[in-house]
Amino acid sequence: MHQLELRNITKTFGSVVANNNVSLTLEKGEILSLLGENGCGKTTLMNMIAGIYYPDSGSILINGEEVSIKSPIDAFNHGIGMIHQHFKLVDVFSATENIVLGYKEEGRFNLKKSAIKVKEIADKYGFIIDPKKKIYDMSVSEKQTVEIVKVLFRGADILILDEPTAVLTPQETRKLFDVLRKMKEDGKSIIIITHKLNEVMEISDRVAVLRKGEYIGSVNSKETSESQLTEMMVGKKVELNIDRTEPKDPKDRLIIKNLSTIRDDGLPGVRNIEFTARSGEILGIAGIAGSGQKELLEAIAGLSKIKSGTIEYINPENEEIVNLCLKSPRQIRDLGVRLAFVPEDRLGMGLVGNMDLVDNVMLRSYEKGKLDLLDRKTPGKLTDQIVKDLEVVTDSVNTPVRRLSGGNVQKVLVGREIASVPKVLMAAYPVRGLDINSSYLIYNLLNEQKENGSAVIFVGEDLDVLLALSDRILVLNGGHITGIVDARSATKEEVGLLMTKSVVVEEE
Amino acid sequence: MAHENKREPLFHIVKRMDIKPGAKVGIKVLSIFIGLLIAAIFVVALSPKSNNFFGFFGSMASGVFSTPRRFWKYLLEAALLLGVSIALVPAFKMKFWNLGGNGQILMGCLGTCVVMFYLGGKLPDPILWILMLVAAVAFAGIWAVIPALFKAFFKTNESLFTLMLNYIAAILVGYTISSWYPKGTGSMTPLTNGQLPIINNTPFGKCFLPIVLFVFITTAVALYLKYSKHGYELSVVGESENTARYIGINVKWVTIRTVLFSGILCGLVGFVLSGAINYMMSTNMDSNMGFTGIMVAWLSHFSPIVMVFISLFIAFITKGMSQVNEDFGFTDENLSSVITGIIFFLLIASEFFVSYKIIWRADAQKVVDKIAFPFVWVGKKLSPVFEKIGNFFTGLKLKLTKGGK
Repeated sequence: MHQLELRNITKTFGSVVANNNVSLTLEKGEILSLLGENGCGKTTLMNMIAGIYYPDSGSILINGEEVSIKSPIDAFNHGIGMIHQHFKLVDVFSATENIVLGYKEEGRFNLKKSAIKVKEIADKYGFIIDPKKKIYDMSVSEKQTVEIVKVLFRGADILILDEPTAVLTPQETRKLFDVLRKMKEDGKSIIIITHKLNEVMEISDRVAVLRKGEYIGSVNSKETSESQLTEMMVGKKVELNIDRTEPKDPKDRLIIKNLSTIRDDGLPGVRNIEFTARSGEILGIAGIAGSGQKELLEAIAGLSKIKSGTIEYINPENEEIVNLCLKSPRQIRDLGVRLAFVPEDRLGMGLVGNMDLVDNVMLRSYEKGKLDLLDRKTPGKLTDQIVKDLEVVTDSVNTPVRRLSGGNVQKVLVGREIASVPKVLMAAYPVRGLDINSSYLIYNLLNEQKENGSAVIFVGEDLDVLLALSDRILVLNGGHITGIVDARSATKEEVGLLMTKSVVVEEE
Repeated sequence: MAHENKREPLFHIVKRMDIKPGAKVGIKVLSIFIGLLIAAIFVVALSPKSNNFFGFFGSMASGVFSTPRRFWKYLLEAALLLGVSIALVPAFKMKFWNLGGNGQILMGCLGTCVVMFYLGGKLPDPILWILMLVAAVAFAGIWAVIPALFKAFFKTNESLFTLMLNYIAAILVGYTISSWYPKGTGSMTPLTNGQLPIINNTPFGKCFLPIVLFVFITTAVALYLKYSKHGYELSVVGESENTARYIGINVKWVTIRTVLFSGILCGLVGFVLSGAINYMMSTNMDSNMGFTGIMVAWLSHFSPIVMVFISLFIAFITKGMSQVNEDFGFTDENLSSVITGIIFFLLIASEFFVSYKIIWRADAQKVVDKIAFPFVWVGKKLSPVFEKIGNFFTGLKLKLTKGGK
């Protein structure tokens, strides 16, 4: 008898088939990894177990008995708890308050008793949690702990974790895995969604693979290899190599001195940043999400308030030094500084989702021409070129960009940015949410720009990739630079330590 | 799996990804039809005078089509509504929720009447017309630009701001009238100087100029939005302010410029209302078109061509219902407003069924099939017609898009 069994689950959204006839089992005391490229239906499938969606057809069995999960409450009653990628916590509440929120208990509501129970659960599995601490004071990893304890508090036997390690440092990930192993020993069943193959191999007993909404199969972690898993995910063999060439004739391109910024909400952004970006080189930027990566790039692009410091740009044509701090985004762009900035919300900055490809490519050039009339012909040609060169999959160049898949959206953005031969190219999380093939295409494009002599600044989250692609890695924590290392000799642990290293600030 | 899962919910709602243009038309026609049906039932049930069910539809039609005069009045009403809706579109496309159409129209009326009242007879009419236009546009423009400035510089909420300005505009108009006629009843007598030219001795007399003007403005705004750099900039700002900043668009300036434009267009409606039709003003001269215009703009998804049809439809319902009111012996105007509301509500509700689909549990589906049978049957019979209408609109849209390339 299986702890959880899915039989022939199908779920469609309009004409899009998110899950097609998926059957899956989960045993008691097992850690199962659910693997697959973005958009292959992993989260949809899990949401059906957690009561967020209802399957169009098929059935869900728990301990051999068919159940109907119509809401998250049903899911809890069946001992299922899901930890979502985006935390669902009330910021101004304490850990305990969040944990008991919405929980129906026998007798009177007793926060003290609940706090004790929270502590018990934490001690049992080795969590570190302060029941009284408010959510807004917590780090990402602490918030995640609250989410997990919340689920355990309600007596979940089946835990689903949606990309839990995406926001953690290597050290935090290791701690999380220790906890998961303890839970497994305690007889809990765990499904973990992740992209990182090395983690899959490390933590799980068994791996189930989905591809384009269909169940491909499952293998025991001990009997498989990363390349076999990739092949199952993609459907064909993929070369997972990143070429790294020696920088050719590196010259200083951007010299940043003593840079401090202020965020829109008035809080300090990055503080006392000093580094140099060189032509023909990829400078990687590592750090936990929200450590100042966004603020730094926006400052260079002229989008944020600068409190102090200078950003000197050395124009390769005439060796003239320009201070970008005094320039508008438009003037900076005209100098050849390109920002391919893709925050979490892919279409939030850089592209307009509801506009078609041509109108998006036109964003860079629409001002040209004296009349107040738009010229769509020239950008139209450029769009055709980008679609052809980067193999963008789209019905036509008149399709709204939001209808494209993540990888194709990214190709349009990066294609537009490099079309103008930038001297500095900044890319933040350019492969977030992309499938393996598209990711490697983007890496190659960045490498190409490096070879062409532009200074590439690459903000990444996957340390393995950062170490393989960059020439140097700059590590940020809390808005400070905690170190700049040579990517060829540094180790993952070294970078991980720098990511959490705190800098003592002398407040003025 | 043979057995049905009884614990499955009765129905669930699924988002439609792609809908055929024909089906879209079909859903809208059906909902309008149901709306009219409900309205007819209400009217017949409540009428003290008549219980002729089919008479309702005749009455509706006669309110618009029975005489040339009525028909031109109807077109005038639709044109004014179109004028207000198209005025709101640039601001809406920029996601600036201008709920102050009423106030901006009234300020246009005020500007026009102030010039007519104080300068009438002192200057030749053609000069007066120009001054009236300038004043109308300036008053309404100021009324729109105040909330825009606050939004651009202090991030205030424009919906509340514009909404409140409506009341102030109405009070200003009322105050002006009572200061002009201190002993009067608070209403104005038509002003004689500065009346805009009309074509005499034709059935369309006063209606001609406004209709031509607003058709022209609609075309011009449609072209502005589609082919000008300004139009492109305001769409980018509306869709994503971050992208606009990133690309170097001056968001503050675009906000102010666009809302000013929107206000000026509303002011033109006021100019026409006071200068060409009524030759006076009143505190409710806007007839709430500032709000009805919002509905027209949304229902047409900001497409100027669709907007023409929606304006025609809404004007039809309003004019038709006032005839129904008379024929069925309702003494209270509000009753017909309620029924007009029902029809509008159904029309708006159809948007839901265009975007979403309801999937019934298998056993419930059988019952639903039985109930919906006549509608499905009629729908199938009419589907070629719907398809043609749908394709017409899609074709038109494509042509316009292609034209830009």
